[in-house]
Amino acid sequence: MEHHHKENFFTKYIFTMDHKMIGKQFLITGMIMGIVGVMMSMLFRLELAYPEQSFPILEFFLGKWAPDGVMDPNMYLALVTIHGTIMVFFVLTAGLSGTFSNLLIPLQIGARDMASGFLNALSYWFFFLSSVVMIASLFVESGPASGGWTVYPPLSALPQAMPGSGTGMTLWLISMTFFIVGSLLGSLNYIVTVINMRTKGMSMTRLPLTIWAFFVTAVLGVLSFPVLLSAALLLMMDRLIGTSFYLSDIFIGGEVLSYSGGSPVLYQHLFWFLGHPEVYIILLPALGISSEVIATNSRKPIFGYRAMVGSILAIAFLSFIVWGHHMFVTGMNPFLGSVFTFTTLLIAIPSAVKAFNYITTLWKGNIQYTPAMLFSIGLVSTFVTGGLTGVILGDSALDINVHDTYFVVAHFHIVMGLSAIFGMFAGVYHWFPKMYGRMMNKSMGYAHFWLTFITAYGVFFPMHFLGMAGLPRRYYSNTAFPMFDNLADINVLITYFAIIGGIAQLIFIFNFFYSIWRGPKASQNPWRANSLEWTTPVEHLHGNWPGDVPIVYRWAYDYSKPGYDEDFVPQNVPLAEGEESGH
Amino acid sequence: MNTVSIIVLIVLAVLTIVQVMRISEISSSIQGGKDNQVSEKDNDTQGKLLLLVGMGFVISVLVMYWAWGYHSLPAPSSEHGSEIDGLWNLSMLIINVVFFIVQPILFYFGYKYRGKKGTKAVYYEHNNKLELFWTVVPALFLAVLIIWGLNVWSGLMMPENEEEPIVIELYAQQFNWTARYSGGDNQLGYATVHEIAGANIVGVDTKDAYSSDDIITKELHLPVGKPIKFEFRSQDVIHSAFFPHFRAQMNCVPGSKTYFQFTPTKTTAEIRQDKDVKNHVAEVNEIRLAKGEDVWEFNYVLLCNKICGAAHYNMQMEIIVETEDEFNAWIKEQKTVAETL
Repeated sequence: MEHHHKENFFTKYIFTMDHKMIGKQFLITGMIMGIVGVMMSMLFRLELAYPEQSFPILEFFLGKWAPDGVMDPNMYLALVTIHGTIMVFFVLTAGLSGTFSNLLIPLQIGARDMASGFLNALSYWFFFLSSVVMIASLFVESGPASGGWTVYPPLSALPQAMPGSGTGMTLWLISMTFFIVGSLLGSLNYIVTVINMRTKGMSMTRLPLTIWAFFVTAVLGVLSFPVLLSAALLLMMDRLIGTSFYLSDIFIGGEVLSYSGGSPVLYQHLFWFLGHPEVYIILLPALGISSEVIATNSRKPIFGYRAMVGSILAIAFLSFIVWGHHMFVTGMNPFLGSVFTFTTLLIAIPSAVKAFNYITTLWKGNIQYTPAMLFSIGLVSTFVTGGLTGVILGDSALDINVHDTYFVVAHFHIVMGLSAIFGMFAGVYHWFPKMYGRMMNKSMGYAHFWLTFITAYGVFFPMHFLGMAGLPRRYYSNTAFPMFDNLADINVLITYFAIIGGIAQLIFIFNFFYSIWRGPKASQNPWRANSLEWTTPVEHLHGNWPGDVPIVYRWAYDYSKPGYDEDFVPQNVPLAEGEESGH
Repeated sequence: MNTVSIIVLIVLAVLTIVQVMRISEISSSIQGGKDNQVSEKDNDTQGKLLLLVGMGFVISVLVMYWAWGYHSLPAPSSEHGSEIDGLWNLSMLIINVVFFIVQPILFYFGYKYRGKKGTKAVYYEHNNKLELFWTVVPALFLAVLIIWGLNVWSGLMMPENEEEPIVIELYAQQFNWTARYSGGDNQLGYATVHEIAGANIVGVDTKDAYSSDDIITKELHLPVGKPIKFEFRSQDVIHSAFFPHFRAQMNCVPGSKTYFQFTPTKTTAEIRQDKDVKNHVAEVNEIRLAKGEDVWEFNYVLLCNKICGAAHYNMQMEIIVETEDEFNAWIKEQKTVAETL
């Protein structure tokens, strides 16, 4: 065993290089950002239900941006922008992938730590810095970035176009630059670790599906995030030193600007070249986590392991050639639109395979209803619901009429937002004993799940009907168009669900922090699972295993295997005489 | 003072919950459930709840269709719109069938296979035939949707014209729309941001011969049954011209021109007689009267559908579709660029 220095408070909790502690740092930072992001959504939901009405709570939170308690339209746009940015990047990318890739990759492949502990720590600290800058941007005089989370220029490039495109936007770009650097360092580390540091016997086809998901996610990140970085840097140059990458022929504030020859559509191509793989960067880890949780708690092997790996790879490959479906109405060449329709709808096939395989895994199982299992089943439900509307939006001809309406808001929140956050909750409930050596309270877990599941659908399902009525997204108020007056009731209902759902998350937060200190002590393998992380001692130690690293003899899914008394056979149990591993 | 008492209340509430939690955990550990593990009773309760809530969700979707389905846009008022709606209906049918089969199965399995003591799950790794089946079947349905979808798409993006379409420019700026008709020559004069000054709000180059008969208006009048080719330009940021009733949308991008063509099929007077539209108007007016607002009369409307700044939510233009005679009479009254600039 390697020798490790004696640790003090700073080296153990702050500047740690232990992957388990770094995972927890990602989780807690992600949770704090999540609280900010969810609270923002509750504020703008209030505005959408009761447009232009006065609420003292708005003035309390927003100050000068809600004079007399009435939200300013610029602040409304800022809230949706920062909500989107925080949820997509800080919670569901760093909070989800950062937490569980760090925690699980070394533990599940049988490594003592990540390939480079230093880069790993650096990756967290870039993320931390980026979070601080993003939060700081909320407090600048001219307001935070407010051009939508996609920050399309020219709107985001010109401070004359909206106040949020001033200092707030500069900070947004700086924050995202740090974020991308952190994400790249992390991803490189995950890739190298998975390829090089698997323990003896851990062939690629014996990897738990979590690791496959984290691995492919990291590859997606390494290939696509640099493109966003260049998009952001070019935008920064247009803003700060007067280049014209994205700008041309603009008359604003009573004068013609000197930009010429640039194209705003170029930015969209660069943005969505990351933006679409990003959807899967968010989703794949959640799917990986639920594969593991569903198999363990159904007490059955995951159905169609090879098909599951194959669909992860197929989804990852296709995700790079579908970005144009976000741009069907930008005036792109119609032939290009056709190509993107074709590739986009193809993604439905591996997605369908995954959904059916999850359901078949439940079939004839012996399902143990831990809170993690409930969230995983919730994920399968939202993945199916949201995936189906993708068939409509991916079709360029149909997209024309629902593009940028609430139909889209419903679609991506269900398929990507809810599925990913359910996967993240499942992961926290399932691996909490591994992170903190204690159990979370299950009754609160159940209450949390049911309230979340019901309110989440209550918020997002009705939005399909708003979209089909033609209601555009990112409208501060729908009162300017009488044709939408009869939708006001639906908006009120959605807001009620959103507020209840938001408050219900307090149950989780309370359960989480309470259980860290007061939860009952966990046993070594509380879910009777097969993968290697449960062979490590409950008390963390730097290096993971006190003795030798375990050797692997089988895949991670020998649940209820005939010939064994117990309904699980851990990966480090040698094959019995005459037993075939099959993997 | 108020804030302080609220904080005190919150702190007391949290402390109470902590104590309740302690008691419940101590009592459960006395009963032997020390790991907070799930019991058979939990599996039973949660499995049943899953079926109940899950089916409740599936039924609530039916209720939503019944309660809100009629809010959807009325039948299209453009030629290509009916093709889009046909494809839309088929796609919706397919995804709804899948939804109403797969969701109940998921929740039913969750209930049926809830854990029981003494049972063992079936070791079932894979089944290639089954997996091939659910790879090929979605692929077949998708093939139909893709082929039909591409057909509709190329029909509307590259229309074949029997008669020459009327060319109209739609010019977007924060936060309003301006229309420019191409006049008798059906050719728009050259325009650039460098010419914007005073009354010349769209930047027409008055030296360009094509521009003299152009007509700039703040209302969009369209003749029914005539193909109209829109050219879109933007002055400042990206906007999007969204004509929901005509199933049409195109971004307006500063620095370049974009195009969309459609043929209106119903005049404003005609659509006001449409049964769905009448019901919609009646419902809206009931709400407006209750709030003491003006009575609304249905009008086609052009919306901005790309975030463009503070007043994005109120960037609109009225569209009036009328008979050819009415249209000709209206356009005759308008002043040309030669007369105004």
